[in-house]
Amino acid sequence: MEAIWAVVVGVLYACGLYLMLRRSLVKVILGLVLLGHAANLLIFTVGSLTRGEPPIVHPDAAALVAPYADPVPQALILTAIVIGFGVQAFAIVLFRRAHQHVGVDDLDEMRSTES
Amino acid sequence: MTNLLVAPVLVPFATAVAALFAWQRPAAQQAISLAGAGVQLALAVALLAAVDAAGILVLQLGAWPAPFGISFVADRFGAIMVLLGALMTFAVVIYAGPSVDRGRTAFGLHPLLHWMSMGVSGAFLTGDLFNLYVWFEVLLMSSFVLMALGGTQRQLEGAIKYVTLNLISSALFLAAVGILYGTVGTLNMADLAVRLPAIGQPGLVTALAMLFLVAFGIKAAIFPLFAWLPASYHVPPIAVSALFAGLLTKVGVYALIRVFTLLFVHDLAFTHGLLAWISGLTMVTGVLGAAIQTDLRRILSFHIVSQIGYMLMGLALFTPLALAGSVFYVMHHIVVKTNLFLIGGIVRRVGGDYALARLGSQWRLRAWLGLLFLVPALSLAGIPPFSGFWAKLVLVRSGLEIGSFALVATSLAVSLLTLFSMTKIWAEAFWKEAPDGAAAPPLGRHEIVSMVGPCVSLAALTVAIGLFAGPALGLATRAAAQLADPAQYVGTVLGARP
Repeated sequence: MEAIWAVVVGVLYACGLYLMLRRSLVKVILGLVLLGHAANLLIFTVGSLTRGEPPIVHPDAAALVAPYADPVPQALILTAIVIGFGVQAFAIVLFRRAHQHVGVDDLDEMRSTES
Repeated sequence: MTNLLVAPVLVPFATAVAALFAWQRPAAQQAISLAGAGVQLALAVALLAAVDAAGILVLQLGAWPAPFGISFVADRFGAIMVLLGALMTFAVVIYAGPSVDRGRTAFGLHPLLHWMSMGVSGAFLTGDLFNLYVWFEVLLMSSFVLMALGGTQRQLEGAIKYVTLNLISSALFLAAVGILYGTVGTLNMADLAVRLPAIGQPGLVTALAMLFLVAFGIKAAIFPLFAWLPASYHVPPIAVSALFAGLLTKVGVYALIRVFTLLFVHDLAFTHGLLAWISGLTMVTGVLGAAIQTDLRRILSFHIVSQIGYMLMGLALFTPLALAGSVFYVMHHIVVKTNLFLIGGIVRRVGGDYALARLGSQWRLRAWLGLLFLVPALSLAGIPPFSGFWAKLVLVRSGLEIGSFALVATSLAVSLLTLFSMTKIWAEAFWKEAPDGAAAPPLGRHEIVSMVGPCVSLAALTVAIGLFAGPALGLATRAAAQLADPAQYVGTVLGARP
């Protein structure tokens, strides 16, 4: 199971980085989104995958008995998803405003701040 | 007593919310903002005094014991940074009054400044890596909006570069945090410091260290990851640029110093050897970049990059004296750099432009402005008796002590080039005869109080740190002693465990 997820995460990173290297603003945004998803899935995968073992103490036991799913990675991911959503929404609005001003969807045309 | 630890986060938050209620009433926002910044400054002074007396203060939020809950930790270095952050915010809030236009002030400049201040303070005080990520996002989000606020084309283009590069850095940081959690099973920094050496996989830990180096390195603008900084820092209003210049890259430097003194100290020859190379190259590329620029703000932006190299130099050398040099350098740099940007804003106000070619005659017209510029400029280059001289002296001496002659030579050569850059600004903006142009109206009384006042105060602070270097260096040395001995940090944070 981990091996499949590792490949999925790798492909997401590759696609995200490829899109970010394009000149089009839309593709940069898509790349950013994929990069965020890749990071979230990475946390999910390295936090070790456990099936059907919720981290709930059995009525007869005094403490959790291994194996049980670690609840922390999903809490981290949930936080990261919320933050990522806000940041990406801001980035989309920013890129749209820039597109309205400059009139092209091309990062190479946006050089007025570099000289 | 330890509840004081959350005050630097809560006060800016309350101030920002209060200022939101005064939406579209700039005067009321300004008053609320100034009051909040003043309270923040007073509390930061109290926090530093308490921390300096007690060593390290810890607050376990929600009374969850150390590795399970989120710890807020203030050691001397963190408390110094919080104080400097509060001081710069205070200066910039005053300066922003007359210098930022009414439209930007009405649309949330002050709430955003305080939210950024909240994120900066949180980053300096948290003892949990994931919490550090969250504070980074808080301060980044505010800085994104501050950079784009106003919506001119230059601002939008600068903001795109700034936002994109910082989001990549955040994604890397998040991935590094995730892998670290998967490997070690904790994100509390003190707990990590205990457990990292025990997992017995030095190769993996080094790989993680490199991920953190890139993630924080983008934020700190180290070589070769600094390209976003000179492309974006000059686009917002100068008061905002000044706060960015003083604080934001230093949060990256703070995070680097924190993880490379507390967590990643297993393979010093590789990690800190690499840091030494990066430090030297950052100094050189930054100062050479500044040499060919002809816009006041862009020259100063490139100098931020160059100065980051000095702060890393102490970390790379990794002796107690060198770490003290780094801490002292950060203290000196935040004050001087913010001040230089603010003075640049005054030069623009009276000279009409940031381009050196269109400035001039300021020494003949306003000798006081020239003197005001010379204090931070000479301090930046490391001329005695100003603060920069002592900061560089400590770094150079610690470099000589352990025989790191190449890095010392580089740092001295870069100082000379910094002086060249400052004399270029001096010769162009102050000394030469101004080209013909419309004269700007003279400074009004409000502008003299609110724009010149903060600059004079910060310049006085630079002189004071220079003349009374003993107490300041003593504080930096005590802070470095804590950084060099992680056992104190670990013991205080985890010691609260029942």
